[in-house]
Amino acid sequence: MSATTTLNCLSNGSFALVKEVVAEGLTRRRLLDLGLVPGTKVEVIRRSPAGDPIAFNIRGAVIALRRDVAGQVLVSPWK
Amino acid sequence: MGLTYQSTGQSSTREIFHTLADDCDYVIALAGNPNTGKSTVFNALTGLRQHTGNWPGKTVQRAEGSYIYKSHRYRLIDLPGTYSLLSNSADEEVARDFICFARPDATIVVVDATCLERNLNLALQVMEITGRVVICVNLIDEARRKKIRIDTDKLSKRLGVPVVATAARSGEGMPRLKELVSDVANKRVQTKPQPVRYSQDVEDAIARLEPRVKAIVGNSINSRWLTLRLLDGDTRLVQTMENYLNAGKTVPVMPVGQEGLA
Repeated sequence: MSATTTLNCLSNGSFALVKEVVAEGLTRRRLLDLGLVPGTKVEVIRRSPAGDPIAFNIRGAVIALRRDVAGQVLVSPWK
Repeated sequence: MGLTYQSTGQSSTREIFHTLADDCDYVIALAGNPNTGKSTVFNALTGLRQHTGNWPGKTVQRAEGSYIYKSHRYRLIDLPGTYSLLSNSADEEVARDFICFARPDATIVVVDATCLERNLNLALQVMEITGRVVICVNLIDEARRKKIRIDTDKLSKRLGVPVVATAARSGEGMPRLKELVSDVANKRVQTKPQPVRYSQDVEDAIARLEPRVKAIVGNSINSRWLTLRLLDGDTRLVQTMENYLNAGKTVPVMPVGQEGLA
C-alpha cells in the first residue's frame, strides 16, 4: 500500500484514491457531496497560475478546490 | 393588504414562493446537479427559450414556465443546479426550501447519464424529503456515444420511483417524461422511495426523536428528514421553518429535540 498524502500535494496528471476526508462540519459535507468518499479515484487536471486552486476530475466532473480544502482529503497515490 | 402567509399559516406557503396555485393544476419542481441539462429539459417541456449555457451557477434564481398536458396545466419551477441540499450555500437553500416548504406535486430530478453515480447523491437527498419524484436520466445521447448503457427499469426498481431516459436537446423521451410527471402529480402512480438507511446509532436516535418531531410538525414536513437535520445540528433550518411554517408551532422544536437526545 502506497503512502498517504493529501490531494493538494499531488502533481498534475496524477491519480489518487481517496482514503479519508478529515474536514469537519460543512466543509466535510461539501466534499462528500462532491463525491469525495473513500475509494473514489481522483485525477489532478491542472493548477491555476498561482498554484491555488487546483482542478480535479472527480467522478466525471471537473471541480476546483482551494489548497486548504484539498489539504483535508487524505489520498494514496494511484499509478 | 389581504391575507399574508403569516396570517393564514402553512396552507398558503406556496404564496411565499410566488407560485400561485390558482392558475395551474400542478406545481412541478425541476432539480439536478449543475450542468446536467436542467434548463434544456425546462425549455423542452415548456417551449420557452430560457437562456441555456454551459457553465455552473447559470440558474441563480428560479425560472418558471408552464405547459399543458392532457388538459391540465403544469407550472414548472427550474431550481438552481446543486450537488446537495445540505451544504447551506444560497443555491442549495433555494432548492431545498422550495422542495421542502412549497411541496410541489412532483419533483423532476435531472441526472447526467454520463456520470450517473455522482448525480444520485442529490436524487437520494430529494427522495428523503419527498417521494413524489421522477428521475430524468438526461444526456442519454451522449452516454450512448460513450458506450454507456443505463438500465432505467432496474434503476427505477432500486430507487422506487419512475425513471425515464431523455435527450432533451432532441426531444427524445420528453413525451414519456410528461406522462410520468402527470402520473406522479395526480397520484395515479404511487411511488415507493427506498429510504437511505444509516448506521444503527443514527437509526436508534431517529427512532427516539422522530415521534416527538412528528407530534409537533404533523404532516407539514417530512418528519424523518427533519429529524435527521436536527441530529445534524442544522439550526439554520429551524430558523427557516419559522419563516415558512406557523411560527407558534415551530418554536418548541429545538428544546424538545435536545431533550429527546439527552
